[in-house]
Amino acid sequence: MLDIFQYDFMRRAFLAAAMIAVIAPCIGVPVVLKRLSSIGDATSHSALAGVAAGLVIGVNPILGALLFSVFAVMGIEGLRKAFGKYSEIAAVVVMSAGIALTAVLTRFIKDGSSNLSSFLFGSILGISDFEMCLTIGLGIVVIAVAIFLYKEMFFVAFDEEAAKIAGVSVKKINFALMLLTAITVSVASRIVGALMISSLLVIPVATAIMVAKSYKQTVWLSVAFAEISAMAGLYISYYFSLPSGGTIVLIGVCMLIIIMAATAKRRR
Amino acid sequence: MEREILKIENLCFDYSDTSVLRDVNLSLHRGDFLGIIGANGAGKSTLIKIILKILPYDKGNITLFGDALAKFRDDYKIGYVSQKANSFNSGFPATVKEVVMANLYSRKKIDKANRETNREKMRAALEKVGMEGYENKLIGKLSGGQQQRVFIARALISEPELLLMDEPTVGVDAKSARQIMDIICDLNKRGMTIIMTNHDTPELVRVSNKLLIFCEHGNGEFVSRNNLTMQEINDIFAGRRSHHHA
Repeated sequence: MLDIFQYDFMRRAFLAAAMIAVIAPCIGVPVVLKRLSSIGDATSHSALAGVAAGLVIGVNPILGALLFSVFAVMGIEGLRKAFGKYSEIAAVVVMSAGIALTAVLTRFIKDGSSNLSSFLFGSILGISDFEMCLTIGLGIVVIAVAIFLYKEMFFVAFDEEAAKIAGVSVKKINFALMLLTAITVSVASRIVGALMISSLLVIPVATAIMVAKSYKQTVWLSVAFAEISAMAGLYISYYFSLPSGGTIVLIGVCMLIIIMAATAKRRR
Repeated sequence: MEREILKIENLCFDYSDTSVLRDVNLSLHRGDFLGIIGANGAGKSTLIKIILKILPYDKGNITLFGDALAKFRDDYKIGYVSQKANSFNSGFPATVKEVVMANLYSRKKIDKANRETNREKMRAALEKVGMEGYENKLIGKLSGGQQQRVFIARALISEPELLLMDEPTVGVDAKSARQIMDIICDLNKRGMTIIMTNHDTPELVRVSNKLLIFCEHGNGEFVSRNNLTMQEINDIFAGRRSHHHA
């Protein structure tokens, strides 16, 4: 059962997945409760363009993803303000731009698109030492900021107007949340896949909301559900030679369906 | 003479090309209860949002606790309750305790380190609105009236001296509305200054000692409630007479 851990690449994959399964729901909870779930999708598609750009110019793809994700969230915030009541358009515009840019940049990747596809659906084999350090380092930064701003993020997610009146710097909190989302998406793109990281932001949170009895419990349960998906997903993907990202997300979806069915009577 | 808590002089606010507020003047001291009366769109909520610094104003002067509004930084001295029972996202997984204590989360406000003191403040605020024992309930599972009392407790936790309320009883059943008005009157009797808009004009007139009446064709008229009959108030509201004593 534990022979999986004799391989260095699997130990790295489990460590990176464990970290991502903490940071994704930590950021996912305020993002989902602010009804900004589509931002994860838009950012991850822009991250993919960053991966492609990295592969084209020979820079580590995760650094490319990080840079493009930051540009994406800044673009979304700017467009949200510009569109006012139609602010949901912002995520669609940025996502479209991300997909289009990826499509164009793919044409210039020298060794074909196989490397890019490992970022589309995630790959446990490809995590280098540098990427491992980057994932852990940025993960610690995300966790530290999320803990430091936990209360403010709750207040802004719950009632932005009241938070502003109470003296909370709403603009700074929203910017921090967007930045943390960008970092989370970019570091997770290698193992979960850029097309599926938004699922890891949203699905554990959606599952936790079904049973949680407080905001704090929502955060803890989201992390627990994400960890179960990530660990079980990696394990199953190794033994059945399945793509890691897809397996992780499918286990998350199964848990959501089971919890929904189990709590259906109570929610009625 | 006691320092004014709020002083507004010649306040003007335009929205696009429409003049919403024109030459609004008022002055409030500790313990005053200002009722703002006017038709929908007359500028009642706009005035509250200007005082709360949510909207910028075009002309005039506003001083809060002796400071110009732009320089006023003691946010904890001001509490705000809106029409939350109507617009509240009932699916949000937050407990009453988490909602009430949120108002302590501003870095500028109260020392975050002292958890027990903050918990005591939370319990005291809930007791003031008759919601003790509900700390661990999900806010979305409460009735509209109970939710609104929780939002009043949230405003009270930072022990404000001035409480602004924008239609706090909208979307609340009659019994809960009466309870909420009783709570507000009790706070006022203990010295808290209140500014309130309410769709129930006679009730607002009954509990206020000062009124700001937005006339149909004129500016906001600031009057003292004393010695004014309901008919005289209606006349001012309709622009048939003017009264300049506050």
